[in-house]
Amino acid sequence: MTLAEVVLGVMFVGLIAYGLFGGADFGAGIWDLLAGGTRRGARQRDLIEHSIAPVWEANHVWLIFVLVVLWTAFPGAFAAVVTTLYIPLTLAAFGMIARGAAFAFRKSISTLGMRRFLGASFALSSLVTPYFLGAVVGGVASGRVPAGIAAGDVITSWMNPTSALGGVLAVLVCAYLAAVFLCADAHREAAEDLADQFRARAIGTAVLTGLIGIAGLFVLRADAPLLFEGLTGRALPVVVLSVVAGVAAFVLLATRRYVPARLASALAVTAILVGWAVAQYPYLLLPEVTIEEAAGGRATLVAMLVALVGGSLILVPALVYLYVLFQRSQPDMSSTPSGPPSRSAPIS
Amino acid sequence: MNPLDLLADAAENLYPARMQMALSLGWHIVFACFGIAFPLITVFTEWQGYKRGDAALTELAHTWAKAMGVLFAAGAVSGTLLSFEMGILWPGLMDRFGEVFGFPFVLEGFAFFIEAIFVGVYLFGWNRLSPKAHMLSALPMILSGPAGAFFVVAANAWMNNPTGFRLDEQGRVTDAQPWAAMFGPSTWPQVTHMLLAAYMVTGFTIASVYAVGMLRGRRDRRHRLGLLIPLTFAAVLTPVQIGVGDWIANTVADNQPAKLAAMEGQYETTAGAPLSVGGLYYDDELHYALEIPNGLSLLIHHDPDGVVLGLEEFPVDQRPPVNVVHLAFDTMVGLGSALLLLAGWFGWTWWRKRRIPRTAWFLRAVAVSGVAAIVAMEAGWVTTEVGRQPWIVYGILRTADAVSPAPGLYLGFYAVVVIYVLLTGLTVFVLRRLAGSADTPAPQEVDAEPPEPGGGEVAVR
Repeated sequence: MTLAEVVLGVMFVGLIAYGLFGGADFGAGIWDLLAGGTRRGARQRDLIEHSIAPVWEANHVWLIFVLVVLWTAFPGAFAAVVTTLYIPLTLAAFGMIARGAAFAFRKSISTLGMRRFLGASFALSSLVTPYFLGAVVGGVASGRVPAGIAAGDVITSWMNPTSALGGVLAVLVCAYLAAVFLCADAHREAAEDLADQFRARAIGTAVLTGLIGIAGLFVLRADAPLLFEGLTGRALPVVVLSVVAGVAAFVLLATRRYVPARLASALAVTAILVGWAVAQYPYLLLPEVTIEEAAGGRATLVAMLVALVGGSLILVPALVYLYVLFQRSQPDMSSTPSGPPSRSAPIS
Repeated sequence: MNPLDLLADAAENLYPARMQMALSLGWHIVFACFGIAFPLITVFTEWQGYKRGDAALTELAHTWAKAMGVLFAAGAVSGTLLSFEMGILWPGLMDRFGEVFGFPFVLEGFAFFIEAIFVGVYLFGWNRLSPKAHMLSALPMILSGPAGAFFVVAANAWMNNPTGFRLDEQGRVTDAQPWAAMFGPSTWPQVTHMLLAAYMVTGFTIASVYAVGMLRGRRDRRHRLGLLIPLTFAAVLTPVQIGVGDWIANTVADNQPAKLAAMEGQYETTAGAPLSVGGLYYDDELHYALEIPNGLSLLIHHDPDGVVLGLEEFPVDQRPPVNVVHLAFDTMVGLGSALLLLAGWFGWTWWRKRRIPRTAWFLRAVAVSGVAAIVAMEAGWVTTEVGRQPWIVYGILRTADAVSPAPGLYLGFYAVVVIYVLLTGLTVFVLRRLAGSADTPAPQEVDAEPPEPGGGEVAVR
C-alpha cells in the first residue's frame, strides 16, 4: 500500500463510521417522521430522542473529518467533486442544519405548535439529507465527476439512475440501521412492544433494501458499467460478504437476538461501502483520476498520518468513554428514564 | 443545453459567494466564541459552588451549562455548513493550496470531535457523575475549544501570510510543508487576539444578560453573581487585549502593508504619519478624519517619525476597499476602548470598595457591553478579511480566481440568508425561554437530560 492509499483508507474508516453512526441517526429521524400522530407516536419518538440525544453531535463530526482529510490529502479531487456536485452537497448541508438545530432546540421548547414544526423539520431533513449524500456517491461512483473545477454537469451529475439508486439505498440503509439499533434500545428498557414494532420495521426495510439492491445491479449495469464490472469482479467477495451478513442479521432479528443482529447489520452496511471502494480502486474519480495522481505532497501525507494516528489515540478512548458512560448510567436513573443507549458501543 | 449553463459565470458568483461566506463565518464566529470561553467560566462557577457549598453558584453553573449546550448546537451546525462552503465556494483555493494549509483543519476536526463528545458528557453527566469526576470530565471540553480556535485561526493566518511551500514556474505548489504553514508570522498574534476576543464576547454577553435583569429590579444574589463572574473574566482580559492589538498591528504593518494603509486610510507614504479616526476615503485621500499627529508612526514603529507605507505604493488593482476596512477598524478600536473604560470603572470600584458601582449607569453600560463586544469582534474580522482583498492568499491568489464558476452558485446565498434568519430567531427564542424559566421557582427541566415525555403530551397536560 502506498502512503496515499493508507491516508485514503483512514478517511474511508471515517466514512464508514459516518455511515453507521450518522446513518443510524438519520434513520432514527426517518422513523420519527413515520411514527404516526402526535399522541400515537409519542413513545416511539421518546425512544428515538432518548437514543440519539447524547451522541448525535459526535456522530456527525465524522463527516467533517472526511471532508477535511479529503481537501488536505486529495485537494484536486475534492475540489472537482464539491464543485460539480455542489447542489446536492449544499442541500445536504442545509438538511444537516435544519436537522441539528431542530433536534437540539426541540428539547427546550414546550409549546405544541413549535414542537411540531421543529419535529417535522427534524424528521423531514433526516429523510432528504441521506438521499442527497447517496446521490453524491452515485455521481462519483458512476464516473460523472471529471477532474477540474466544476468541470462536470451540475445537474445530471446527481440526477441520474445511479444517483437515484444511491440516494434511495442510503435512505433505506439509514432506516434499516436505526430500526435494528432501536430494537436493542427498546429491549434494554424493557419496552418489548416497541422492540417488536421496530423489529418488524427492521425486517421490512431489510427485505426492501435487498430487493432494491438486486434491481440496482441492473441499473448499474446499464448506467455505470465500470462500477458494475468492479462490483461483480474484484469486489465480488465483499458483495457476497454483505449479502451473507445481511441474511444473518435477518435471521438474528427474526429470533430476537438484538445485539448480535446489530453487529451483523453493521457488517453488512460496512461491506457495501467497502465493496464500492474496492470496485472503483485504484480510481478516486472514475474513470480518469487515480488515487496516486490525486494525492498531495509527501510531507502533507506524512503529517496527515501522524495527526491521524495521534488524534485517534485521544479520540478513540474518548468515544469509548462517551458510549460506556451512558450505558452504565442507565440502571440508576429511576425518576427520569434515561439515556442513551449505547447502541454504538458494540461496534465501536 | 442545460438551462443553468446560461448562468455560468465566475464573476457573477464572486460577490454572492463572498457575502455567503461572510454571513456564514460572521454567524458562526459568535457561537465559536462561546464554545471557546463559556466552558471555563461555567466550570469555574461550578467549582466555586462545590468548594463553598453554595447552591446559588451551582444552580448558576447549571443554567449556563444548558445555555452552553444550546449555543454549542448552533455552533456545530453552522460550522458544518462552513466546511462544505470552503470547497463549494472557493475550489480554486482548496484545489491549489489544500495540501499546504488544509492540515490545521484536520487537527481542528479532532478538537471539535473531542469538544462534541465532552460537551455531551458534561451535560448528561450533571447529577450523574460525582462533582469531582464531573468537573474533571469538563477538562477536555475546556481545552479543545481554544485548541480548535488555534487551528482554524492558523489557517486564516496562513491566508494572510502564506508560508510553508514553494511555487514552480507554472505556479503549482511544490514542497508543501504543512507544519511550517501552520506557524507563519501571523499565527500567534491572530490566535491570541481571537482567544481574548472570545473571552470578552462571552464574558460581557453573559454579564449583560444579568445586568438587564438587575435593571428590571431583580437584585438577588443569583443575579449579582451572574453579572460578577463573567464580567470579571472579561474585564481582566480587556487591557491585555489592547496590548495584543498593538502586537497584531505591528505584524500587519510588517507583512501586509496594504492592509495597514487601508486600515488607516493612508494614501501617501509618510514619515510621522498621523493616526486617523473616522472620515471618508475618496479621491485617494481620507476626508473629515480626526487626526492625532504622529500617532500611527508612534504605534507602528514606536517612533514618532517612523515611515508608514501608503496605498500609493500598491497598484490600484491590489488595494483593498479602504472605507470598509478603515471604518471597521475604527469601530473595533472604538468599542474596545469603551470596553476598557468599563473594565477600568468596574476594576477601580471593586478594588476600593469590594462591590460593583451602585449607579444604574453602570448596569446600563454592562447591559450593552455584550453587543459592543460582539460588534467589535465582527468588525475586527471585517478588517482582517476585507483588508486582505483582493487576495484570498495574500499576494499569490486572487479571490476572484478562487471562486467556483459553477452555474447558479449565487442562488445559494439567498438560501443561506433565509436559513440564518430562521436559525437566529430560533436560537434567540430558545435562549430567552431558558433565561425565563431559570427564574421560576420550579423550573421546567428542559435541559439535555433524557427525553421528556413525548412531544405533544407535554403540552397537552
